[in-house]
Amino acid sequence: MIRELHEKLISGETTSVELTEDYFDRIEKKDKDIFSYLTLTKELALEQAKRADEKIKKGEKIELLEGIPGAIKDNICIAGTRTTAASKILDNYIAPYSATVIEKLNERGAVFLGKTNLDEFAMGSSTENSGYGSTKNPHDLTRVPGGTSGGSTAAVAANLASWALGTDTGGSIRQPASFCGVVGMKPTYGRVSRHGIIAMASSLDQVGPIAKTVEDVAIVLSAISGRDRYDATSAHSQDKNYEDYLTGEVKGMKIGIVKEYLKSLEKNVREKIEKVIEFYKKSGAEIFEIELPYAKYALPAYYIIQPCEVSSNLARYDGIKYGIRIDDHVKSDLQPDQVASTLLENYLDTRQYGFGKETKRRIMLGTYALSSGYYEAYYLRAQKVRTLIKKDFEKAFEKVDLILTPTCPTPAFKLGEKTENPLEMYLSDIFTVTANVSGVPAISVPCGDIKIGDKDLPIGFQLMGKWFDEENLLRAADAYSPR
Amino acid sequence: MISKDEVKHIASLARIGLDEKEVEKFSHDLSAVLDWIDQLKEVDVEGVEPTAHITGMDNISREDKNREFGNKEGIIKLFPEEKNGYNRVKSVL
Repeated sequence: MIRELHEKLISGETTSVELTEDYFDRIEKKDKDIFSYLTLTKELALEQAKRADEKIKKGEKIELLEGIPGAIKDNICIAGTRTTAASKILDNYIAPYSATVIEKLNERGAVFLGKTNLDEFAMGSSTENSGYGSTKNPHDLTRVPGGTSGGSTAAVAANLASWALGTDTGGSIRQPASFCGVVGMKPTYGRVSRHGIIAMASSLDQVGPIAKTVEDVAIVLSAISGRDRYDATSAHSQDKNYEDYLTGEVKGMKIGIVKEYLKSLEKNVREKIEKVIEFYKKSGAEIFEIELPYAKYALPAYYIIQPCEVSSNLARYDGIKYGIRIDDHVKSDLQPDQVASTLLENYLDTRQYGFGKETKRRIMLGTYALSSGYYEAYYLRAQKVRTLIKKDFEKAFEKVDLILTPTCPTPAFKLGEKTENPLEMYLSDIFTVTANVSGVPAISVPCGDIKIGDKDLPIGFQLMGKWFDEENLLRAADAYSPR
Repeated sequence: MISKDEVKHIASLARIGLDEKEVEKFSHDLSAVLDWIDQLKEVDVEGVEPTAHITGMDNISREDKNREFGNKEGIIKLFPEEKNGYNRVKSVL
């Protein structure tokens, strides 16, 4: 889609301003039902669009993304715009700087339509934890879009953005991509800078692209990747144009399948995944059965590591430097029981009323696990289990180039279906979380619909690749076309 | 597994105020999650190094030179309460 739009801009068939205004029209009509956007950045978008149009008029050569409108998940800072991480505690926060990925997209001339909804501080699997209300799945408005990048995936699925950025810590790009029927990818840990991303779990967070096709995802990935001196965890990497590696060929590629994963699925989902495996076999890839014996511990390990890092990263939301402060000068509409009169009460009230339930749950889980006497039993142990999981992947990748799994056990569930029991919600990340825990790149690609009632709900399959081997991962994902 | 008193203690460490109903609910929720996480005890981690950085990078250093941030006003505007360019807070003592 990006390439087609790019051709239309060069040929003069349309202009970036027209494209941008079209998107805003559609957003006005459809987004009151879907609620994918928290903040629209009309002024900024039109400025960016005009700039792109001027370059084209002058006959200057433009990048693929130049003038192409997309959406940014609201835990990514854009200077001068409201950035909330979908939390009341940042209700009035105007970012004083832009994330590195935003600077990079600016250099390529991309247009930002607005900031999309997410689970508060990117914690959740449905976008229902947003402090501002849940986004709905465009394919069935009674169902969740998935999370935490639900706003971004819903926007792309409903044609309210041609591409989007999300973040993925345990599956937060891939799972909503599967639920919304779009492509979503998490790069290798360190491939994309985290500077300017509202931090959640620093050893797991990654920014990634969401779009309708694998080619579009590759184009956005090329724009945002690269080492960043402001992110000490970002990796050395060459500048690559990933879209140049999409040859459509998978002959000779070795793809690993984990039998237990398939056995655990409902029949209707399993059949879709088996069809995907058939496709790759017919296209000349070799299918191998592999084992990841420690992978079943990835989810519990994740639910120690992540809350621990969260408890540290969210300590900064204390009402002191920015955001909401519950005080006698209340600048928000939060209603504390009484007015805070001491510093301690400031902290307690700001965080009691500013944070949602899931956020508090995870901060407390992490605080407990890191508290004196428990650090070794929980965090340290989980990081050791993490090493074992990584070794599983290293062993598997000696035998195969890619691993194919379902993205989620089910298609999108109903709003409210899993909100009572946090554990049930956590389990929807069972196939995606291993990629974050081991650091490998992973992508979810739509592979059909599951009929439930009178609705067709999308479902995706997941490919995981070797560390820093996004080229082959994208090549294999792109080759899949349900012709 | 986690008592209400422990929940109150953790909440105080985490500087999060809780009412009685929340203490009750969190005690239930956190116990359930911790019970489920207990399966990690099954794993033999003898001699295993913990992961510090998943893609194996070492410490990075930079030149010890100052750089202007460039948007001090943007930061000051965010102070919930500002006085003469300072961030005004409740008494610390």
